[in-house]
Amino acid sequence: MRVGVVQFPGSCDEVDALLAAERAVGAGNAELLWHRDRDLKGVDAVVVPGGFSYGDYLRAGAIAALSPAMESVAAFARDGGPVLGICNGFQVLCEAGLLPGTMLMNVGRRFVFRQVELDVVAADTAWTRATRRGQLLSIPAKHQTGRWYAPDETVERLVADDQVVFRYAAGDNYNGSSDGIAGVCNAARNVVGLMPHPEHAVDPLTGSADGLLLFRSPLEAAGVA
Amino acid sequence: MPHARILIRPKAGILDPQGVAVEQALPQLGFQPAENVRIGRLVELDVADATELEAICDKLLANPLIEDYEIQVDA
Repeated sequence: MRVGVVQFPGSCDEVDALLAAERAVGAGNAELLWHRDRDLKGVDAVVVPGGFSYGDYLRAGAIAALSPAMESVAAFARDGGPVLGICNGFQVLCEAGLLPGTMLMNVGRRFVFRQVELDVVAADTAWTRATRRGQLLSIPAKHQTGRWYAPDETVERLVADDQVVFRYAAGDNYNGSSDGIAGVCNAARNVVGLMPHPEHAVDPLTGSADGLLLFRSPLEAAGVA
Repeated sequence: MPHARILIRPKAGILDPQGVAVEQALPQLGFQPAENVRIGRLVELDVADATELEAICDKLLANPLIEDYEIQVDA
């Protein structure tokens, strides 16, 4: 299995995403996809990484969502390809209409950087098959515009349809997200987005390797693992 | 080309932390209290075709989930 990581001007976590993917699928099996290229190079899974794509001008992720690479990622997603959006990548997927909701400034206004406990709510998505429902993952989060928001009726529908993938554990909803939601998926369950950074949690040396479970999940989905 | 101003505001009911910060700062500066401070964006542009402005707002300038917009075009 090969993983592509989309790189925009202003991305900053694409290298960690690449290394995390390689830990899961093997060295040499992950590569960067430039934002101007429509060609996804035949990868089997796509990660849209964190950072400040296009300087976060206008709204976080708004310009990146309209890039040539994202047109191809949208088509890839519609065909059932696994797509993971992390932090700014989550914002991009929301702005592109591939995931429900959007992100607002943290309630506390500040940029927050902390290790959070994520509660796995749905373990049957393309990116959580290697986890189990109710499992707590220790993952770092770092952002200022990370308050996931959707209107109440949308949140109710997502809960009913089991599209909430992660919630912040009790006391960890530092950004004020609706219903404590840290990550969601699309109806087909192949596109997942979350604000915290699993790619920064792939080695016990830096505090946690729980993030690797996400990167291993597409392998299980593909029946490789 | 016609000149347009687009006022983009946080939708009613959405918490605007920047507005709250300003609200809290005013009494600290010795001003009388203010309420319901909301901070949005102003986009000014000259456009060839003003009938495209609504589509421009929907596709790029505003996020309809969280923002309302108002288009003003100079006669």
